[in-house]
Amino acid sequence: MSARWIIVAAAALTLQACGRSDPGLDQTGAGKPPLPGQQETLLPPMKIATPKGWDGKTPTVPKGFSITPLATDLKIPRQMLVLPNGDILVAEGSGGTESKLRPKDFIAGYIKAKGKTKVKGGNRITLLRDADGDGKAELKTVLVGGLNAPYGLAFVDGTLYVADQDALLKFPFQPGQTKITANPQTVTDLPSQINHHWTKSLAASADGAKLYVGIGSNSNIGERGLDVEQDRAQVWEIDRLTGAHRVLASGVRNPTALAIEPQTKALWLVANERDELGPQLVPDYLTSVRDGGFYGWPYSYWGQNVDPRVRPQDPRKVGKALVPDYALGSHVAALGVSFASLGGFGGAFAQGAFVGEHGSWNRQDLSGYKVVWIPFAGGRPNGKPVDFVTGFLDGQHARGRPVGVAFDPAKRILLIADDLSNTVWRVAQAQ
Amino acid sequence: MPNTETSGGGATLHPLHAILLAFPLALFSAGLISDIAYLRTAVIQWSNFSAWLITGALVFGGLVLAWGVIAAVFPRRSSRRRALAFLAAVAVMWLAGLINAFQHSHDGWPSVGALGLTLSILSSLFALIAAAIGYSSPSARGIVR
Repeated sequence: MSARWIIVAAAALTLQACGRSDPGLDQTGAGKPPLPGQQETLLPPMKIATPKGWDGKTPTVPKGFSITPLATDLKIPRQMLVLPNGDILVAEGSGGTESKLRPKDFIAGYIKAKGKTKVKGGNRITLLRDADGDGKAELKTVLVGGLNAPYGLAFVDGTLYVADQDALLKFPFQPGQTKITANPQTVTDLPSQINHHWTKSLAASADGAKLYVGIGSNSNIGERGLDVEQDRAQVWEIDRLTGAHRVLASGVRNPTALAIEPQTKALWLVANERDELGPQLVPDYLTSVRDGGFYGWPYSYWGQNVDPRVRPQDPRKVGKALVPDYALGSHVAALGVSFASLGGFGGAFAQGAFVGEHGSWNRQDLSGYKVVWIPFAGGRPNGKPVDFVTGFLDGQHARGRPVGVAFDPAKRILLIADDLSNTVWRVAQAQ
Repeated sequence: MPNTETSGGGATLHPLHAILLAFPLALFSAGLISDIAYLRTAVIQWSNFSAWLITGALVFGGLVLAWGVIAAVFPRRSSRRRALAFLAAVAVMWLAGLINAFQHSHDGWPSVGALGLTLSILSSLFALIAAAIGYSSPSARGIVR
């Protein structure tokens, strides 16, 4: 009898091998991506690309482009902001205050840490200046320190806005300044209990009147209870001067980056979708943000596809769930978005968005770990994503992991924050 | 050390082995109760309790299992047949519990669900069976060496 059970157990334990990806399945682009059936294996498919140094190598860029490390030895660079004078601000840090609730949390934390840098987050904003345009920042200085896991950055009207993991802060600031000594003022507190998804993404509206903040969920799919999801998985619209906010969109599991599309001035975001439904569920997405829109989390994904793991279920909310505009692929972990403006790089890279894909753990065939280009026309996506910067992987190891991306139309360069090698990369057109 | 060859009235398990078995017996059963509480309320903390209870049961159950293997190979306190019956019950209990620990690592409802509940019932039941074999004395149950 026990022998039979051993066989059953062994079969069950090897179930994770069933969580294989179909390599022919293309889950990118506008329109509904193919969504395979839900696979809840005993163990989720897992793969961690362990770190490996660049050893003098650089990421791969398309023909006609060059890439250089603008700055190295940062302390977990995440998002960046290009100032009107060309200076670059880099938010560095790592947040989250969640306690471990289950045995799984200890194991998952250990596994995920294997794919991350050992460096401690800087909790600061570093200013980079490359005035001579040689691709190396000759000035690298701490603009302001003592922050609490800063992530989103915006500059409007002589004021620098910083989205810490618990509050939206503002500093009086003039481009050219290399040090902020003034104390920050709080524009508004941001939801920060637990902070499972701690990053607070930030963008200013085109007219500068509003600030948008993306607030991630407090769990994968509500497994910490739905009461802790109050004010989570939302995009807030904040009045820049008063700090008053309203919920612009909800049901977005983790809106990791926000950006204004330059033609239509519409707000777009990239979001990370849920884990543990299989290696090819659920695709992360890029979408314009509809005012009042509900995007499904946690009850459903990609419109009305119900997630059976969430109880109590809410068919009424499922019925209202919007379909995102553009699929980026499952578990690519999109963490950065920046639109090409003022003609971009020209040619095939004139109109569209760059998306930084950090890569994730929940599939055995590594996906993401690159920066893709999404062509736009008339303010809407117009075609499949194109690999723009690759080479972050070397076999089963990762040399780098892209996070934030920032296009600077004045210099026609793209900046990429890499939080594994703690580098900011600079992509320029070759001379 | 009692002479087990002649002390027909002794229990099947060494006292320490018996104490170790008390843990999975209590923890798997408690896990079953908190599983039922989760399925009735959808309050996730019950599922979290179950996950820890099952983990604790596996730690102690693993020691019981290892000791059971040794006792079956070198039966001193009882017959080999009896030692094997005990081992089989503990093995089923522990393997069902192991699968259940993975099942309970799922997020949300399937952390318990029908499979988790079934496995909790199975672990609890076989912990009881193991206890019934292990805590009884062979002679009292009329089993002759």
